[in-house]
Amino acid sequence: MSRLSAATRAALLGWLMLGLALVVVVGPFLWIAVASFKQPIAILSGTWSFTPTLDNYADVLLSKRSDFLAGMRNSLIVATVSTAIVLVVGTLAAYSLHRFAWARWVTLGFLSWTLAFHMIPVLTLVGPWYLAFKQLGLYDTRLALILTHVSVNLPMAVWLMMSFFKDIPPEIEQAALVDGCHPLSAFWCVVLPLVVPGLIAAGVLAFVFSWNEFSIALNLVSQTNATVPVVVAKFAQDYEIQHGQMAAASILATIPALALMVFGQRFIVQGLTMGSVK
Amino acid sequence: MSRPGAPRRGIVEALNRTFRHWSLLPAVLVFALLTAYPIVNLLRMAVSTIEFREGREIWSFTPLRNWDLLLADSALGPVVFNTIVFVVVAVAIEMVAGLALALLIGGLTRGKAIMRTLMIIPILVPPVAIGSMFKLMFNHDFGVFNQILGYVGIAPVSWLGSTSLALLSVIIVDVWHWVPFIFLILFAAVEGLPKEVLEAARVDGATRWQLLRRVTLPLLMPALTVALVFRAILAFKTFDEVYLLTGGGPGTSSELLSLHLYKVFFEQNQLGYGALLSVFTIVGVLSLMVLARWLTQRWSLR
Repeated sequence: MSRLSAATRAALLGWLMLGLALVVVVGPFLWIAVASFKQPIAILSGTWSFTPTLDNYADVLLSKRSDFLAGMRNSLIVATVSTAIVLVVGTLAAYSLHRFAWARWVTLGFLSWTLAFHMIPVLTLVGPWYLAFKQLGLYDTRLALILTHVSVNLPMAVWLMMSFFKDIPPEIEQAALVDGCHPLSAFWCVVLPLVVPGLIAAGVLAFVFSWNEFSIALNLVSQTNATVPVVVAKFAQDYEIQHGQMAAASILATIPALALMVFGQRFIVQGLTMGSVK
Repeated sequence: MSRPGAPRRGIVEALNRTFRHWSLLPAVLVFALLTAYPIVNLLRMAVSTIEFREGREIWSFTPLRNWDLLLADSALGPVVFNTIVFVVVAVAIEMVAGLALALLIGGLTRGKAIMRTLMIIPILVPPVAIGSMFKLMFNHDFGVFNQILGYVGIAPVSWLGSTSLALLSVIIVDVWHWVPFIFLILFAAVEGLPKEVLEAARVDGATRWQLLRRVTLPLLMPALTVALVFRAILAFKTFDEVYLLTGGGPGTSSELLSLHLYKVFFEQNQLGYGALLSVFTIVGVLSLMVLARWLTQRWSLR
Protein backbone atom coordinates (compact mmCIF):
# COMPACT_ATOMS: atom_id res chain seq x y z
CA MET A 1 0.00 0.00 0.00
CA SER A 2 2.83 2.39 0.85
CA ARG A 3 4.02 2.39 -2.76
CA LEU A 4 0.73 3.86 -3.95
CA SER A 5 0.45 7.62 -4.06
CA ALA A 6 -2.06 9.39 -1.82
CA ALA A 7 -4.27 10.22 -4.80
CA THR A 8 -4.47 6.60 -5.94
CA ARG A 9 -5.29 5.49 -2.44
CA ALA A 10 -8.09 8.06 -2.19
CA ALA A 11 -9.46 6.90 -5.55
CA LEU A 12 -9.33 3.27 -4.45
CA LEU A 13 -11.12 4.13 -1.22
CA GLY A 14 -13.74 5.99 -3.23
CA TRP A 15 -14.38 3.00 -5.49
CA LEU A 16 -14.55 0.72 -2.47
CA MET A 17 -17.19 2.92 -0.84
CA LEU A 18 -19.18 3.13 -4.08
CA GLY A 19 -19.09 -0.64 -4.43
CA LEU A 20 -20.27 -1.03 -0.87
CA ALA A 21 -23.08 1.48 -1.44
CA LEU A 22 -24.18 -0.43 -4.51
CA VAL A 23 -24.27 -3.72 -2.60
CA VAL A 24 -26.23 -2.13 0.24
CA VAL A 25 -28.79 -0.52 -2.09
CA VAL A 26 -29.31 -3.38 -4.53
CA GLY A 27 -28.56 -6.30 -2.20
CA PRO A 28 -31.93 -6.47 -0.41
CA PHE A 29 -33.73 -6.74 -3.76
CA LEU A 30 -31.54 -9.59 -4.88
CA TRP A 31 -32.01 -11.38 -1.58
CA ILE A 32 -35.80 -10.98 -1.71
CA ALA A 33 -35.94 -11.87 -5.41
CA VAL A 34 -34.00 -15.06 -4.68
CA ALA A 35 -36.23 -15.84 -1.70
CA SER A 36 -39.35 -15.41 -3.83
CA PHE A 37 -38.25 -18.36 -5.99
CA LYS A 38 -37.58 -20.66 -3.03
CA GLN A 39 -39.72 -23.39 -1.52
CA PRO A 40 -40.52 -22.87 2.19
CA ILE A 41 -37.88 -25.41 3.22
CA ALA A 42 -35.16 -23.63 1.26
CA ILE A 43 -36.14 -20.29 2.81
CA LEU A 44 -36.10 -21.66 6.34
CA SER A 45 -32.72 -23.33 5.90
CA GLY A 46 -31.20 -20.15 4.43
CA THR A 47 -29.43 -22.12 1.73
CA TRP A 48 -28.00 -20.53 -1.41
CA SER A 49 -28.36 -23.64 -3.59
CA PHE A 50 -31.95 -24.64 -4.34
CA THR A 51 -34.28 -25.56 -7.17
CA PRO A 52 -36.16 -22.42 -8.25
CA THR A 53 -39.93 -22.61 -8.22
CA LEU A 54 -42.75 -20.34 -9.36
CA ASP A 55 -45.11 -21.67 -6.69
CA ASN A 56 -44.97 -18.48 -4.61
CA TYR A 57 -45.93 -16.29 -7.54
CA ALA A 58 -48.65 -18.68 -8.63
CA ASP A 59 -50.02 -18.68 -5.10
CA VAL A 60 -50.01 -14.88 -4.83
CA LEU A 61 -51.61 -14.31 -8.22
CA LEU A 62 -53.91 -17.27 -8.70
CA SER A 63 -54.88 -18.86 -5.41
CA LYS A 64 -58.42 -18.28 -4.15
CA ARG A 65 -57.16 -17.15 -0.76
CA SER A 66 -55.17 -14.30 -2.31
CA ASP A 67 -56.68 -10.89 -3.05
CA PHE A 68 -53.66 -9.74 -5.00
CA LEU A 69 -55.22 -9.46 -8.46
CA ALA A 70 -58.30 -7.69 -7.05
CA GLY A 71 -55.89 -5.38 -5.23
CA MET A 72 -54.04 -4.68 -8.47
CA ARG A 73 -57.32 -3.77 -10.12
CA ASN A 74 -58.35 -1.46 -7.25
CA SER A 75 -54.94 0.18 -7.15
CA LEU A 76 -54.95 0.71 -10.89
CA ILE A 77 -58.38 2.38 -10.84
CA VAL A 78 -57.64 4.54 -7.81
CA ALA A 79 -54.20 5.61 -9.01
CA THR A 80 -55.30 6.35 -12.59
CA VAL A 81 -58.42 8.33 -11.73
CA SER A 82 -56.82 10.27 -8.88
CA THR A 83 -53.78 11.10 -11.04
CA ALA A 84 -56.00 12.39 -13.84
CA ILE A 85 -57.92 14.63 -11.44
CA VAL A 86 -54.72 15.83 -9.75
CA LEU A 87 -53.22 16.78 -13.11
CA VAL A 88 -56.27 18.75 -14.31
CA VAL A 89 -56.97 20.52 -11.02
CA GLY A 90 -53.30 21.06 -10.14
CA THR A 91 -52.27 22.40 -13.54
CA LEU A 92 -55.20 24.84 -13.69
CA ALA A 93 -54.48 26.10 -10.16
CA ALA A 94 -50.75 26.44 -10.81
CA TYR A 95 -51.41 28.36 -14.03
CA SER A 96 -53.95 30.59 -12.33
CA LEU A 97 -51.57 31.44 -9.48
CA HIS A 98 -48.67 31.95 -11.85
CA ARG A 99 -50.37 33.88 -14.63
CA PHE A 100 -53.18 35.95 -13.14
CA ALA A 101 -52.55 38.84 -10.78
CA TRP A 102 -54.11 37.37 -7.68
CA ALA A 103 -53.82 39.46 -4.53
CA ARG A 104 -50.81 38.57 -2.47
CA TRP A 105 -52.84 37.09 0.34
CA VAL A 106 -54.56 34.69 -2.06
CA THR A 107 -51.35 33.27 -3.49
CA LEU A 108 -49.55 33.25 -0.16
CA GLY A 109 -52.54 31.81 1.67
CA PHE A 110 -53.03 29.05 -0.89
CA LEU A 111 -49.36 28.04 -0.97
CA SER A 112 -48.95 28.18 2.83
CA TRP A 113 -52.03 26.03 3.25
CA THR A 114 -50.73 23.39 0.84
CA LEU A 115 -47.36 23.45 2.59
CA ALA A 116 -48.92 23.15 6.04
CA PHE A 117 -51.22 20.34 4.91
CA HIS A 118 -48.27 18.57 3.31
CA MET A 119 -46.37 18.64 6.62
CA ILE A 120 -49.13 17.29 8.83
CA PRO A 121 -49.02 13.52 9.40
CA VAL A 122 -51.84 12.16 7.26
CA LEU A 123 -53.07 9.97 10.11
CA THR A 124 -54.34 13.04 11.94
CA LEU A 125 -56.89 13.46 9.14
CA VAL A 126 -57.81 9.82 8.54
CA GLY A 127 -60.08 9.92 11.61
CA PRO A 128 -62.25 12.84 10.40
CA TRP A 129 -62.19 11.41 6.87
CA TYR A 130 -63.46 8.12 8.22
CA LEU A 131 -66.40 9.84 9.95
CA ALA A 132 -67.20 12.07 6.97
CA PHE A 133 -67.16 9.21 4.46
CA LYS A 134 -69.31 7.09 6.78
CA GLN A 135 -71.90 9.85 6.89
CA LEU A 136 -71.83 10.25 3.12
CA GLY A 137 -72.08 6.51 2.57
CA LEU A 138 -68.69 6.54 0.86
CA TYR A 139 -66.87 4.46 3.47
CA ASP A 140 -65.30 1.39 1.85
CA THR A 141 -65.54 2.74 -1.72
CA ARG A 142 -62.82 3.43 -4.23
CA LEU A 143 -64.23 6.96 -4.55
CA ALA A 144 -63.18 7.69 -0.95
CA LEU A 145 -59.61 6.66 -1.77
CA ILE A 146 -59.62 8.65 -5.02
CA LEU A 147 -60.78 11.84 -3.28
CA THR A 148 -58.29 11.57 -0.42
CA HIS A 149 -55.41 10.70 -2.76
CA VAL A 150 -56.27 13.76 -4.85
CA SER A 151 -56.01 16.02 -1.81
CA VAL A 152 -52.75 14.41 -0.68
CA ASN A 153 -51.05 14.72 -4.08
CA LEU A 154 -52.41 18.11 -5.13
CA PRO A 155 -49.79 20.24 -3.30
CA MET A 156 -46.95 18.43 -5.09
CA ALA A 157 -48.62 18.89 -8.49
CA VAL A 158 -49.27 22.60 -7.92
CA TRP A 159 -45.67 23.32 -6.84
CA LEU A 160 -44.13 21.28 -9.62
CA MET A 161 -46.32 22.79 -12.32
CA MET A 162 -45.70 26.31 -11.03
CA SER A 163 -41.96 25.85 -11.35
CA PHE A 164 -42.44 24.62 -14.93
CA PHE A 165 -44.72 27.57 -15.80
CA LYS A 166 -42.13 29.97 -14.37
CA ASP A 167 -39.60 28.62 -16.85
CA ILE A 168 -41.65 29.73 -19.86
CA PRO A 169 -40.62 33.15 -21.17
CA PRO A 170 -43.63 35.49 -20.76
CA GLU A 171 -43.04 36.87 -24.27
CA ILE A 172 -44.30 33.66 -25.89
CA GLU A 173 -47.68 33.98 -24.23
CA GLN A 174 -47.89 37.73 -24.83
CA ALA A 175 -47.20 37.16 -28.50
CA ALA A 176 -50.11 34.74 -28.69
CA LEU A 177 -52.43 37.21 -26.92
CA VAL A 178 -51.33 40.08 -29.16
CA ASP A 179 -52.04 37.90 -32.19
CA GLY A 180 -55.65 37.66 -31.04
CA CYS A 181 -55.66 34.44 -29.02
CA HIS A 182 -58.17 34.14 -26.18
CA PRO A 183 -56.60 33.59 -22.76
CA LEU A 184 -58.03 30.08 -22.81
CA SER A 185 -56.60 29.14 -26.20
CA ALA A 186 -53.28 30.78 -25.31
CA PHE A 187 -53.17 28.46 -22.32
CA TRP A 188 -54.38 25.40 -24.21
CA CYS A 189 -52.47 25.78 -27.50
CA VAL A 190 -49.32 27.66 -26.50
CA VAL A 191 -48.48 27.19 -22.83
CA LEU A 192 -49.67 23.65 -22.15
CA PRO A 193 -47.59 21.96 -24.89
CA LEU A 194 -44.50 23.62 -23.39
CA VAL A 195 -45.02 22.05 -19.97
CA VAL A 196 -45.57 18.45 -21.11
CA PRO A 197 -42.38 17.37 -19.27
CA GLY A 198 -43.87 18.85 -16.10
CA LEU A 199 -47.16 17.03 -16.68
CA ILE A 200 -45.31 13.76 -17.10
CA ALA A 201 -43.25 14.34 -13.94
CA ALA A 202 -46.28 15.33 -11.84
CA GLY A 203 -48.34 12.50 -13.31
CA VAL A 204 -45.74 9.83 -12.62
CA LEU A 205 -45.19 11.08 -9.06
CA ALA A 206 -48.91 11.27 -8.30
CA PHE A 207 -49.48 7.79 -9.72
CA VAL A 208 -46.59 6.27 -7.78
CA PHE A 209 -47.61 7.98 -4.51
CA SER A 210 -51.16 6.78 -4.95
CA TRP A 211 -50.01 3.27 -5.87
CA ASN A 212 -47.77 3.10 -2.78
CA GLU A 213 -50.13 4.82 -0.34
CA PHE A 214 -50.95 2.65 2.67
CA SER A 215 -52.17 4.50 5.78
CA ILE A 216 -55.36 5.87 4.17
CA ALA A 217 -56.20 2.70 2.25
CA LEU A 218 -55.73 0.66 5.44
CA ASN A 219 -58.47 2.58 7.24
CA LEU A 220 -60.97 3.78 4.64
CA VAL A 221 -61.67 0.54 2.77
CA SER A 222 -62.08 -3.11 3.69
CA GLN A 223 -61.21 -6.32 1.89
CA THR A 224 -63.09 -5.96 -1.41
CA ASN A 225 -61.73 -2.52 -2.18
CA ALA A 226 -58.25 -3.03 -0.68
CA THR A 227 -55.30 -1.75 -2.70
CA VAL A 228 -52.02 -3.57 -3.32
CA PRO A 229 -50.17 -2.23 -0.23
CA VAL A 230 -52.99 -3.40 2.04
CA VAL A 231 -52.92 -6.86 0.44
CA VAL A 232 -49.13 -7.04 0.79
CA ALA A 233 -49.39 -6.04 4.45
CA LYS A 234 -51.87 -8.85 4.99
CA PHE A 235 -49.39 -11.39 3.67
CA ALA A 236 -46.88 -10.17 6.23
CA GLN A 237 -49.35 -10.18 9.10
CA ASP A 238 -51.34 -13.39 8.81
CA TYR A 239 -51.08 -15.73 11.73
CA GLU A 240 -49.24 -18.31 9.70
CA ILE A 241 -46.78 -16.05 7.93
CA GLN A 242 -46.09 -17.28 4.40
CA HIS A 243 -42.55 -16.11 3.78
CA GLY A 244 -42.28 -17.08 0.12
CA GLN A 245 -45.58 -15.43 -0.79
CA MET A 246 -44.53 -12.35 1.17
CA ALA A 247 -41.37 -12.04 -0.91
CA ALA A 248 -43.20 -12.65 -4.19
CA ALA A 249 -45.93 -10.12 -3.33
CA SER A 250 -43.31 -7.48 -2.43
CA ILE A 251 -41.57 -7.96 -5.76
CA LEU A 252 -44.85 -7.87 -7.71
CA ALA A 253 -46.05 -4.74 -5.91
CA THR A 254 -42.81 -2.95 -6.74
CA ILE A 255 -42.66 -3.62 -10.48
CA PRO A 256 -45.34 -1.18 -11.78
CA ALA A 257 -44.04 1.83 -9.84
CA LEU A 258 -40.47 1.00 -10.77
CA ALA A 259 -41.26 0.68 -14.48
CA LEU A 260 -43.13 4.00 -14.48
CA MET A 261 -40.36 5.79 -12.66
CA VAL A 262 -37.65 4.56 -14.98
CA PHE A 263 -39.73 6.06 -17.78
CA GLY A 264 -40.41 9.34 -15.95
CA GLN A 265 -37.09 9.75 -14.18
CA ARG A 266 -35.64 12.27 -16.62
CA PHE A 267 -38.57 14.66 -16.19
CA ILE A 268 -38.74 14.29 -12.43
CA VAL A 269 -35.06 15.06 -11.96
CA GLN A 270 -35.57 18.09 -14.19
CA GLY A 271 -38.49 19.28 -12.07
CA LEU A 272 -36.69 18.61 -8.80
CA THR A 273 -33.59 20.56 -9.77
CA MET A 274 -35.69 23.40 -11.17
CA GLY A 275 -37.89 23.88 -8.16
CA SER A 276 -35.74 23.34 -5.15
CA VAL A 277 -32.13 23.98 -5.84
CA LYS A 278 -31.92 26.65 -8.48
CA MET B 1 -71.40 33.06 -38.85
CA SER B 2 -74.32 30.69 -38.56
CA ARG B 3 -76.85 30.96 -35.76
CA PRO B 4 -76.30 27.50 -34.17
CA GLY B 5 -72.69 28.45 -33.36
CA ALA B 6 -73.76 31.45 -31.32
CA PRO B 7 -74.62 29.89 -27.96
CA ARG B 8 -71.45 27.88 -28.02
CA ARG B 9 -69.44 31.03 -28.70
CA GLY B 10 -71.22 32.62 -25.78
CA ILE B 11 -70.09 29.81 -23.49
CA VAL B 12 -66.50 30.04 -24.73
CA GLU B 13 -66.51 33.78 -24.16
CA ALA B 14 -67.88 33.34 -20.67
CA LEU B 15 -65.23 30.71 -19.97
CA ASN B 16 -62.57 33.09 -21.21
CA ARG B 17 -63.84 36.00 -19.16
CA THR B 18 -63.92 33.98 -15.97
CA PHE B 19 -60.85 31.82 -16.70
CA ARG B 20 -58.93 33.44 -13.86
CA HIS B 21 -61.53 32.38 -11.32
CA TRP B 22 -62.64 28.96 -12.40
CA SER B 23 -59.06 27.80 -12.92
CA LEU B 24 -58.33 28.19 -9.21
CA LEU B 25 -61.73 27.13 -7.94
CA PRO B 26 -61.43 23.31 -8.15
CA ALA B 27 -58.21 23.28 -6.14
CA VAL B 28 -59.70 25.59 -3.52
CA LEU B 29 -62.76 23.33 -3.30
CA VAL B 30 -60.61 20.21 -2.87
CA PHE B 31 -58.62 21.79 -0.07
CA ALA B 32 -61.67 23.30 1.62
CA LEU B 33 -63.69 20.08 1.61
CA LEU B 34 -60.96 17.50 2.11
CA THR B 35 -58.46 19.31 4.34
CA ALA B 36 -59.97 22.41 5.97
CA TYR B 37 -63.31 20.81 6.84
CA PRO B 38 -61.71 17.71 8.44
CA ILE B 39 -59.43 19.92 10.51
CA VAL B 40 -62.41 21.95 11.77
CA ASN B 41 -64.17 18.67 12.45
CA LEU B 42 -61.13 17.54 14.48
CA LEU B 43 -61.71 20.44 16.86
CA ARG B 44 -65.31 19.33 17.33
CA MET B 45 -64.29 15.70 17.78
CA ALA B 46 -61.61 16.65 20.30
CA VAL B 47 -64.23 17.74 22.83
CA SER B 48 -66.58 14.84 22.17
CA THR B 49 -67.00 11.16 22.74
CA ILE B 50 -68.15 9.33 19.63
CA GLU B 51 -69.68 5.90 19.86
CA PHE B 52 -71.31 3.63 17.35
CA ARG B 53 -74.58 2.01 18.31
CA GLU B 54 -76.55 -0.03 15.80
CA GLY B 55 -74.54 1.50 12.98
CA ARG B 56 -75.28 5.10 14.04
CA GLU B 57 -72.75 7.47 15.53
CA ILE B 58 -73.66 9.06 18.79
CA TRP B 59 -71.81 12.22 19.77
CA SER B 60 -71.73 13.46 23.33
CA PHE B 61 -70.03 16.60 24.61
CA THR B 62 -67.35 15.44 27.07
CA PRO B 63 -64.35 17.76 26.87
CA LEU B 64 -62.75 16.63 30.13
CA ARG B 65 -62.89 12.93 29.32
CA ASN B 66 -60.45 13.29 26.44
CA TRP B 67 -58.05 15.30 28.60
CA ASP B 68 -58.23 12.55 31.24
CA LEU B 69 -57.43 9.97 28.58
CA LEU B 70 -54.47 12.10 27.48
CA LEU B 71 -53.09 12.32 31.00
CA ALA B 72 -53.67 8.61 31.56
CA ASP B 73 -51.99 7.58 28.29
CA SER B 74 -48.81 5.96 29.54
CA ALA B 75 -47.60 5.29 25.98
CA LEU B 76 -47.44 8.97 25.10
CA GLY B 77 -44.09 9.73 26.78
CA PRO B 78 -42.24 6.85 25.10
CA VAL B 79 -43.93 7.65 21.78
CA VAL B 80 -42.75 11.27 21.78
CA PHE B 81 -39.28 10.18 22.89
CA ASN B 82 -39.08 7.46 20.20
CA THR B 83 -40.25 9.85 17.50
CA ILE B 84 -37.61 12.44 18.40
CA VAL B 85 -34.83 9.82 18.57
CA PHE B 86 -36.00 8.32 15.29
CA VAL B 87 -36.15 11.63 13.41
CA VAL B 88 -32.85 12.97 14.74
CA VAL B 89 -30.77 9.80 14.36
CA ALA B 90 -32.22 8.64 11.03
CA VAL B 91 -32.09 12.05 9.37
CA ALA B 92 -28.54 12.73 10.63
CA ILE B 93 -27.24 9.44 9.21
CA GLU B 94 -29.14 9.99 5.97
CA MET B 95 -27.72 13.50 5.50
CA VAL B 96 -24.13 12.38 6.00
CA ALA B 97 -24.46 9.27 3.82
CA GLY B 98 -26.41 11.11 1.13
CA LEU B 99 -23.82 13.87 0.96
CA ALA B 100 -20.96 11.39 0.78
CA LEU B 101 -22.67 9.50 -2.03
CA ALA B 102 -23.47 12.68 -3.95
CA LEU B 103 -19.86 13.85 -3.75
CA LEU B 104 -18.48 10.40 -4.66
CA ILE B 105 -20.78 9.87 -7.63
CA GLY B 106 -20.51 13.53 -8.66
CA GLY B 107 -16.74 13.03 -8.88
CA LEU B 108 -17.00 10.09 -11.26
CA THR B 109 -15.93 10.61 -14.84
CA ARG B 110 -18.06 7.77 -16.24
CA GLY B 111 -21.22 5.90 -15.29
CA LYS B 112 -22.94 8.73 -13.42
CA ALA B 113 -26.34 8.16 -15.05
CA ILE B 114 -26.45 4.43 -14.34
CA MET B 115 -25.28 4.96 -10.76
CA ARG B 116 -27.97 7.54 -10.22
CA THR B 117 -30.69 5.25 -11.58
CA LEU B 118 -29.56 2.37 -9.36
CA MET B 119 -29.25 4.58 -6.28
CA ILE B 120 -32.79 5.93 -6.43
CA ILE B 121 -34.49 2.51 -6.63
CA PRO B 122 -35.32 2.38 -2.89
CA ILE B 123 -37.44 5.56 -3.03
CA LEU B 124 -39.74 3.95 -5.60
CA VAL B 125 -40.54 0.76 -3.74
CA PRO B 126 -43.86 0.82 -1.89
CA PRO B 127 -43.01 1.39 1.78
CA VAL B 128 -45.16 -1.59 2.65
CA ALA B 129 -43.07 -3.80 0.38
CA ILE B 130 -39.93 -2.43 2.04
CA GLY B 131 -41.37 -3.28 5.44
CA SER B 132 -42.24 -6.78 4.35
CA MET B 133 -38.85 -7.31 2.68
CA PHE B 134 -36.93 -6.23 5.76
CA LYS B 135 -39.20 -8.24 8.00
CA LEU B 136 -37.92 -11.29 6.14
CA MET B 137 -34.32 -10.10 6.24
CA PHE B 138 -34.50 -9.39 9.98
CA ASN B 139 -35.95 -12.85 10.66
CA HIS B 140 -34.28 -14.48 13.62
CA ASP B 141 -33.83 -17.93 12.08
CA PHE B 142 -33.11 -17.40 8.40
CA GLY B 143 -32.79 -13.62 7.86
CA VAL B 144 -29.76 -12.31 6.02
CA PHE B 145 -28.72 -10.04 8.89
CA ASN B 146 -28.28 -12.94 11.28
CA GLN B 147 -26.69 -14.98 8.48
CA ILE B 148 -24.00 -12.32 8.09
CA LEU B 149 -23.52 -12.15 11.86
CA GLY B 150 -23.13 -15.94 11.78
CA TYR B 151 -20.29 -15.70 9.23
CA VAL B 152 -18.29 -13.54 11.63
CA GLY B 153 -19.13 -15.80 14.56
CA ILE B 154 -21.74 -13.72 16.37
CA ALA B 155 -24.83 -15.43 17.76
CA PRO B 156 -28.17 -14.55 16.12
CA VAL B 157 -29.88 -11.43 17.40
CA SER B 158 -33.59 -10.76 17.77
CA TRP B 159 -33.71 -7.59 15.65
CA LEU B 160 -37.42 -6.85 15.85
CA GLY B 161 -38.27 -8.71 19.05
CA SER B 162 -36.06 -7.02 21.61
CA THR B 163 -36.82 -3.68 23.22
CA SER B 164 -33.28 -2.42 22.79
CA LEU B 165 -32.97 -3.20 19.07
CA ALA B 166 -36.46 -2.67 17.63
CA LEU B 167 -36.17 1.10 17.14
CA LEU B 168 -32.65 0.70 15.77
CA SER B 169 -33.93 -1.84 13.24
CA VAL B 170 -36.63 0.59 12.12
CA ILE B 171 -33.96 3.29 11.75
CA ILE B 172 -31.82 0.95 9.62
CA VAL B 173 -34.74 0.38 7.26
CA ASP B 174 -35.53 4.09 7.11
CA VAL B 175 -31.90 4.93 6.29
CA TRP B 176 -31.91 2.38 3.47
CA HIS B 177 -35.16 3.82 2.14
CA TRP B 178 -34.32 7.52 2.27
CA VAL B 179 -30.58 8.04 1.74
CA PRO B 180 -31.35 7.99 -2.01
CA PHE B 181 -33.74 10.93 -1.56
CA ILE B 182 -31.02 13.09 0.03
CA PHE B 183 -28.59 11.83 -2.59
CA LEU B 184 -30.89 12.84 -5.44
CA ILE B 185 -31.29 16.44 -4.21
CA LEU B 186 -27.61 16.87 -3.33
CA PHE B 187 -26.39 15.18 -6.50
CA ALA B 188 -28.28 17.74 -8.60
CA ALA B 189 -26.65 20.49 -6.53
CA VAL B 190 -23.17 18.95 -6.83
CA GLU B 191 -23.61 18.77 -10.60
CA GLY B 192 -24.53 22.45 -10.59
CA LEU B 193 -21.45 23.58 -8.63
CA PRO B 194 -19.46 26.26 -10.48
CA LYS B 195 -16.39 24.44 -11.79
CA GLU B 196 -14.31 27.64 -12.04
CA VAL B 197 -14.58 28.36 -8.32
CA LEU B 198 -13.44 24.86 -7.37
CA GLU B 199 -10.66 25.01 -9.92
CA ALA B 200 -9.50 28.41 -8.66
CA ALA B 201 -9.34 27.13 -5.08
CA ARG B 202 -7.38 24.09 -6.22
CA VAL B 203 -4.90 26.23 -8.17
CA ASP B 204 -4.45 28.40 -5.09
CA GLY B 205 -3.24 25.28 -3.30
CA ALA B 206 -6.25 24.33 -1.17
CA THR B 207 -6.09 20.78 0.21
CA ARG B 208 -8.96 18.34 -0.39
CA TRP B 209 -10.25 18.91 3.13
CA GLN B 210 -10.09 22.71 2.82
CA LEU B 211 -11.81 22.50 -0.54
CA LEU B 212 -14.68 20.51 0.97
CA ARG B 213 -14.94 22.50 4.18
CA ARG B 214 -14.50 26.03 2.84
CA VAL B 215 -15.80 25.90 -0.74
CA THR B 216 -18.02 22.92 -1.53
CA LEU B 217 -20.09 22.78 1.66
CA PRO B 218 -20.90 26.51 1.80
CA LEU B 219 -21.96 26.36 -1.86
CA LEU B 220 -24.17 23.34 -1.13
CA MET B 221 -25.81 24.99 1.88
CA PRO B 222 -29.14 25.88 0.17
CA ALA B 223 -29.53 22.33 -1.16
CA LEU B 224 -28.52 20.86 2.21
CA THR B 225 -31.18 22.97 3.93
CA VAL B 226 -33.86 21.92 1.46
CA ALA B 227 -32.94 18.25 1.82
CA LEU B 228 -32.85 18.47 5.63
CA VAL B 229 -36.21 20.21 5.96
CA PHE B 230 -38.03 17.95 3.49
CA ARG B 231 -36.58 14.81 4.97
CA ALA B 232 -37.28 15.80 8.57
CA ILE B 233 -40.94 16.43 7.67
CA LEU B 234 -41.25 13.05 6.00
CA ALA B 235 -39.44 11.25 8.84
CA PHE B 236 -41.88 12.76 11.31
CA LYS B 237 -44.78 11.16 9.39
CA THR B 238 -43.30 7.64 9.16
CA PHE B 239 -45.96 4.97 9.52
CA ASP B 240 -45.95 2.15 6.97
CA GLU B 241 -42.62 0.50 7.78
CA VAL B 242 -43.09 0.56 11.57
CA TYR B 243 -46.61 -0.79 11.23
CA LEU B 244 -45.30 -3.74 9.30
CA LEU B 245 -41.95 -4.36 10.97
CA THR B 246 -42.71 -4.14 14.67
CA GLY B 247 -46.23 -2.76 15.07
CA GLY B 248 -44.61 -0.43 17.61
CA GLY B 249 -43.44 -3.27 19.83
CA PRO B 250 -42.20 -4.95 21.81
CA GLY B 251 -44.27 -2.91 24.26
CA THR B 252 -43.96 0.65 23.07
CA SER B 253 -40.24 0.43 22.31
CA SER B 254 -40.57 1.35 18.64
CA GLU B 255 -43.94 3.10 18.56
CA LEU B 256 -43.83 6.36 16.58
CA LEU B 257 -46.35 9.19 16.63
CA SER B 258 -48.28 8.24 13.47
CA LEU B 259 -48.59 4.65 14.62
CA HIS B 260 -49.86 5.79 18.00
CA LEU B 261 -52.50 7.96 16.31
CA TYR B 262 -53.56 4.94 14.26
CA LYS B 263 -53.84 2.78 17.36
CA VAL B 264 -55.89 5.33 19.28
CA PHE B 265 -58.22 5.99 16.34
CA PHE B 266 -58.69 2.56 14.86
CA GLU B 267 -57.64 -0.05 17.41
CA GLN B 268 -58.92 1.54 20.61
CA ASN B 269 -61.73 3.33 18.69
CA GLN B 270 -61.17 6.52 20.70
CA LEU B 271 -62.14 8.97 17.98
CA GLY B 272 -62.45 11.83 20.47
CA TYR B 273 -59.13 11.33 22.20
CA GLY B 274 -57.47 10.63 18.83
CA ALA B 275 -58.75 13.98 17.59
CA LEU B 276 -57.32 15.74 20.64
CA LEU B 277 -53.94 14.12 19.99
CA SER B 278 -54.22 15.08 16.31
CA VAL B 279 -54.90 18.71 17.19
CA PHE B 280 -51.79 18.76 19.36
CA THR B 281 -49.78 17.13 16.58
CA ILE B 282 -50.95 19.68 14.02
CA VAL B 283 -50.24 22.61 16.34
CA GLY B 284 -46.78 21.15 17.07
CA VAL B 285 -45.96 20.65 13.40
CA LEU B 286 -47.11 24.14 12.45
CA SER B 287 -45.10 25.78 15.25
CA LEU B 288 -42.05 23.85 14.09
CA MET B 289 -42.71 25.11 10.56
CA VAL B 290 -42.93 28.74 11.74
CA LEU B 291 -39.81 28.28 13.88
CA ALA B 292 -37.86 26.78 10.97
CA ARG B 293 -38.89 29.68 8.72
CA TRP B 294 -37.88 32.21 11.32
CA LEU B 295 -34.53 30.49 11.89
CA THR B 296 -33.65 30.24 8.19
CA GLN B 297 -34.59 33.88 7.66
CA ARG B 298 -32.38 35.04 10.52
CA TRP B 299 -29.67 32.73 9.33
CA SER B 300 -29.75 34.04 5.76
CA LEU B 301 -29.80 37.67 6.92
CA ARG B 302 -26.53 37.27 8.79
